[in-house]
Amino acid sequence: MTRKEKEYDDIPGTFVFDADRSRQGYWLNQFCISLSKEEGRQAFRDDPEAHMAKYKMTEEQKQAIRDRDWNRLLELGGNIYYTSKLGAFDGIVFQDLAAMMSGMSREDYRKMMVDGGRSPEGNRYKSEWEKK
Amino acid sequence: MAKITAGIACSHVPAIGVAMDQHITDQPYWQPVFEGFEYSREWNKKNKPDVVFLVYNDHCTAFDASVIPTFALGCAAEFTPADEGWGPRPVPVVKNHQEFASHIAQSLVLDEFDITIMNEMDVDHGLTVPLSVMFGDKTPEDDWGTLVIPLAVNVVQYPAPTANRCYALGQAIRRAVDSWDEDINVHIYGTGGMSHQLQAERAGLINATWDQQFMDILVNEPEKARKISHVEFLRETGSEGIEMVMWLVMRGALDEKVTEVHRHYHVPASNTAVGHLILENHA
Ligand SMILES: [Fe+2]
Repeated sequence: MTRKEKEYDDIPGTFVFDADRSRQGYWLNQFCISLSKEEGRQAFRDDPEAHMAKYKMTEEQKQAIRDRDWNRLLELGGNIYYTSKLGAFDGIVFQDLAAMMSGMSREDYRKMMVDGGRSPEGNRYKSEWEKK
Repeated sequence: MAKITAGIACSHVPAIGVAMDQHITDQPYWQPVFEGFEYSREWNKKNKPDVVFLVYNDHCTAFDASVIPTFALGCAAEFTPADEGWGPRPVPVVKNHQEFASHIAQSLVLDEFDITIMNEMDVDHGLTVPLSVMFGDKTPEDDWGTLVIPLAVNVVQYPAPTANRCYALGQAIRRAVDSWDEDINVHIYGTGGMSHQLQAERAGLINATWDQQFMDILVNEPEKARKISHVEFLRETGSEGIEMVMWLVMRGALDEKVTEVHRHYHVPASNTAVGHLILENHA
């Protein structure tokens, strides 16, 4: 069965964490949440592959974890509240993680936020991004 | 009779809690955020609630991906501030009015809102940050100064309950409170928001114009606010802006006409637009 088109598919730069993504990312997210407890963090520190193997993730998902490919993790069903625990494991604060996902330096991202954030103008539809 | 005398809307950005816990609220970055809470704390002392009915969302703390209740009502005697990966916030344990919570649970289900009942639950920044905003600095040895009934709403996995459903739930909460035979002052909080997107390439989206309009219609034209679609929240306010459906629960529990006694809006706190309202209810 192919994935049904969704009315939010045309929002650019966004992975809406819906039931399909939740199903796809279940073990990935459960892996990430294990890192919110010291026990899980210690296990991942001691032997990353062995700790990952406890969760039924796909090879693609494991590779995205190894690569710390933050947007790919979301594409493969990760949810930001979960993947941010992997960020925290690496000592990355939320705002810097946001900067990385949007392809900006931490200084540029921080400045954008202090100046009022990313404008909705030109950021509502994928078609607006394609023109850029 | 129990009475809902006020509704409070408030962002629950974790960084607001961190700023308080680290005592850096007078730094230039934070000063304009906290300045807007000064009035609220004074107002709160003068209008002290006996019970706060606190609508918030859990951020994969009490609920991981294995259980995702749409509406979960806290019926435990108390709720411990959770360790979200950096140790628990140094704030008091949250105490419930357990009999009142049980009454509300029964009333809601008989009113056809099939909520989940939580007899054990840790609470995260979604709940403790708004309390810190309204009640100020507290240590774990202190008392919050109010009892709290938590209602956790799923806004992590799409779809969150609709704005309309949240509003109707607020109306049902009002009926439950009104039928409780104890002279107590109840405040209801709707927390989360305002515009923010924490993920992917569009991270950092803020829509101040939309946020201000939302506050206007939430206060004065709630029948309009309850019709806002999920796609509008996602597109206009960022993927995490959908947390604002929780403000509708608060609004539904108030009269059609309310008095806005305080409004505060500031960009940014970390990645998020901070919005805050105090609405007095007259019934
Ligand atoms: Fe939240």
